[in-house]
Amino acid sequence: MYELIIIGGGPAGMTAAVYAARKKLNTLLISYDIGGQVLWTSGVENYMGYQFIEGSELMQKFQEQVKQFPIDIKTGEKVSSLSQTSGGFEATTDTGEIYQARAAIMATGKRPRQLNVPGEEKFRSRGVTYCAICDGPLFAGENVAVIGGGNSALEAADDMVKIADHVYLVSLTPLTGDQILIDKVESASNLTMFLEHEVMEVKGESRVEGIKIRDLKSKQERALKVSGIFIEIGLIPNSEPFKGIVRLNRLGEIEVNCANETSVLGLFAAGDVTNVPEKQIVVAAGEGAKAALKAHHYLQRLSK
Amino acid sequence: MTREVKIYTTPTCPYCRMAKKFLDDNGIKYQEFNIVEDKAAREEMKNKCSSLAVPTICFDNEMMVGFNEAELRKKLGL
Repeated sequence: MYELIIIGGGPAGMTAAVYAARKKLNTLLISYDIGGQVLWTSGVENYMGYQFIEGSELMQKFQEQVKQFPIDIKTGEKVSSLSQTSGGFEATTDTGEIYQARAAIMATGKRPRQLNVPGEEKFRSRGVTYCAICDGPLFAGENVAVIGGGNSALEAADDMVKIADHVYLVSLTPLTGDQILIDKVESASNLTMFLEHEVMEVKGESRVEGIKIRDLKSKQERALKVSGIFIEIGLIPNSEPFKGIVRLNRLGEIEVNCANETSVLGLFAAGDVTNVPEKQIVVAAGEGAKAALKAHHYLQRLSK
Repeated sequence: MTREVKIYTTPTCPYCRMAKKFLDDNGIKYQEFNIVEDKAAREEMKNKCSSLAVPTICFDNEMMVGFNEAELRKKLGL
């Protein structure tokens, strides 16, 4: 039995691991991958200490720092449920393993939201993609659509105007991203914007051939011929495994107080999976540190 | 059992790096095709594997898109 299980290996989970290890807590870190959402980010320009660093390189550095300490790390397994036991908590993973600890930190982050329109699932990996930096180059010289109006969508659009023939940017709302990115995208000559438009359907035979969109105000429909569709419409929390045990808000985020305590004693949460405002790497890392220190405090009181 | 493993990648794709690291760590030999530079490989991936996403991993008559460690382990019999 461990003293602490940390679920999730993004910035929050890995920072929590370092803080827990420095308090000499017998700790297990379980995560499907190491790095989480930061892996999908091409460049990071607002993590202090680095003027510019690739997302994957930053996470490599986090991982090296975690590995300085003698804590157990399990990757490639996803926690599918967490339950309370007489001595603490029990995490069950999708590979059937069971791990026990006296306290736990949930830091499972978020994942891309889906459009939930006809054709989206059918054409996943056949033109529909949620990872623009992965699959962007496949659509060089072709027409593509980027869906969304926030920073991720604008970054994807900015990447694609350089290599695609034409880019359509389709957003339900006016653009909400940073002005610096809006300026870049607006100045591109091979980009057409459809703001306040919704995606109705993804069409094709064996792969994506087009999308149908509709103007929210005039209700006028329009068909766009594209071979790739990049969906960047925000994120949803990976909180399903904790649904029955801990209180979530209406967005599905785990509710925490300013000390990272959840509605269950001994259960802490940090980073993007929580209701803490501002989903940023630096914020998640800080929250991970706070959660580990609070968990240490809790375990100390428990052993008295 | 030796299998011919092909992996189609882009240089910017983090899941491709994770998949390659997994194959390396498990001593699996593979051929890598960077589909940004290798247009023939890009067409092969699109047509033979009918995939438009990376990493696409092909071996024997099986293929998988994306990196899922548990699934890849099962398919490779590790």
